[in-house]
Amino acid sequence: MSATSTKEKVADLVATFKSTGRFVIVGASLAGLRAAEALRKEGFTGPLTIIGDEPEEPYDRPPLSKQVLKGWVPADHTKLPRVRQVDAEWRLGIAATGLDRVTKQVRLANGEQVPYDRLLIATGTRAREWPNAKEAALEGVYTIRTSTDAAGLQKALAAKPGRVLVIGAGFIGSEVASVCRELGLPVTVVESGSAPLVSSLGGVIGAIAAEMQRDHGVDLRTGIGVKSLEGDGKGHVRRARLSDDSVVQCDVVLASLGSIRNTEWLEGSGLAAGFWGVGCDAGLRAFDINGVVTESIFVVGDIARFPHVLYEYQFLVLEHWDNAVLGAEVAAHNMVSLEPDRRPHLPLPAFWSGQFGVNIKSVGVCPFGNEIIFTQGSVKERRFAAAYGHRGRIVAAVTFNHGKWLEYYAAQIERSAPFPPPPAGYDRPEMKPVPAEFPDPRVPTSRPDVILTGHDPTERGAEFQARI
Amino acid sequence: MRVVVDLNRCLGYAQCVFLAPSVFKLNGEEALQYDPNPDDATRLKVLRAAAACPVQAILVEHLSGKEGEATS
Repeated sequence: MSATSTKEKVADLVATFKSTGRFVIVGASLAGLRAAEALRKEGFTGPLTIIGDEPEEPYDRPPLSKQVLKGWVPADHTKLPRVRQVDAEWRLGIAATGLDRVTKQVRLANGEQVPYDRLLIATGTRAREWPNAKEAALEGVYTIRTSTDAAGLQKALAAKPGRVLVIGAGFIGSEVASVCRELGLPVTVVESGSAPLVSSLGGVIGAIAAEMQRDHGVDLRTGIGVKSLEGDGKGHVRRARLSDDSVVQCDVVLASLGSIRNTEWLEGSGLAAGFWGVGCDAGLRAFDINGVVTESIFVVGDIARFPHVLYEYQFLVLEHWDNAVLGAEVAAHNMVSLEPDRRPHLPLPAFWSGQFGVNIKSVGVCPFGNEIIFTQGSVKERRFAAAYGHRGRIVAAVTFNHGKWLEYYAAQIERSAPFPPPPAGYDRPEMKPVPAEFPDPRVPTSRPDVILTGHDPTERGAEFQARI
Repeated sequence: MRVVVDLNRCLGYAQCVFLAPSVFKLNGEEALQYDPNPDDATRLKVLRAAAACPVQAILVEHLSGKEGEATS
């Protein structure tokens, strides 16, 4: 066979696959939707099924803890704009419960089996509930992840509770505390770590976040836990007992304890799925438990655990909005492309959080750094930029109301520039690097939403080959 | 009408806040908040805001017919 005819034959096969292959996406939120759209953009015209456990069509989550809770935007008004017709069969309100890689089928909660030739796993995360189930069931106790959660909590806040208790001062907890103060509600925030945001941004920035909360009238208590929640005769939460035996009277409780990755349905599938997500290569192809890359299964969004060149090839999980959007494009492209055309998903991690009138933005992986230096602006005015360093190179940056400068730091991080970085502008404060004060990983605190999870492609033990 | 703003990209230039103040608001100096499902009556203003955004962070749905959603 001549080279040309081989090439033609391969092109034919690819064209046939792109028009007849059965593609299935499990997970119908931001990553799943954007991947479906990207598949169509890539020229995939075959049958596409999108499975999601929530009954709603894909919606945006960041507004839920902000403009929705404030009462400005109704919780069901955050449906995502479509950028392209996806012409899919939507299976919403039905969870996937299993995966059989031998017969190539996804099992649904109603017993149905959905066959696939290419599968994209985008099942994301769910909120970690208050661990005591009886207390969690008390009226007035909330988590926030879904639009239904947000609708319930918004209603509870609008009813002017005497006091709101927020357990866990990560980004979500801090944003909700901020909304409570904007609504004029008394709020107590209890954080087991030393400061708000400490696991994501370190103790130096955490101390500033703590000041911000207290300046806005938040009753912030750090280094302390909640022992129990107690209800009244009608089963409505009324008080919390803290680990120092003090008691907080409260009518609404938000447990913002981080998230749990939705990987249980993959148990028994033989994929490298576990606590930290689903291990995959930088092209978002899933690994099996032995670290062998699969050809037909891809992972995207909050549960994709992929190695990143900028962070010593450690596997990274990113619960960030643009990780879902950018990953969706890469996954879709690679699902319909042959090996030489596959692209890597190597985003520079980035996130934002609005709280207490301050826009907090970050690029890179802050907890990878062990030193921090304030590079621009004024901490006192809460308008500044700071850079994180690791072994003499810049690995991350954070800005408070200084977002226009972030791009400068992003470029430095992308080329592993020296730390401390050269001055970005005119307003450089006279500062030296100091320890960034990230908590010891063994200390319990709210979990950061970007986590380096080491070098093992699979979290479970590999199946070692017996010696013959 | 459906709108989403890429708030990683948004740098708080606030052109949208001037052009469609009922839809886009600044919370503080730089933190943008917006109505993701504004009334269709504001469509022209929202499209102008999207066009004027210096970093093109505003995505407005342009599709006419919505797809049938839940079919199960």
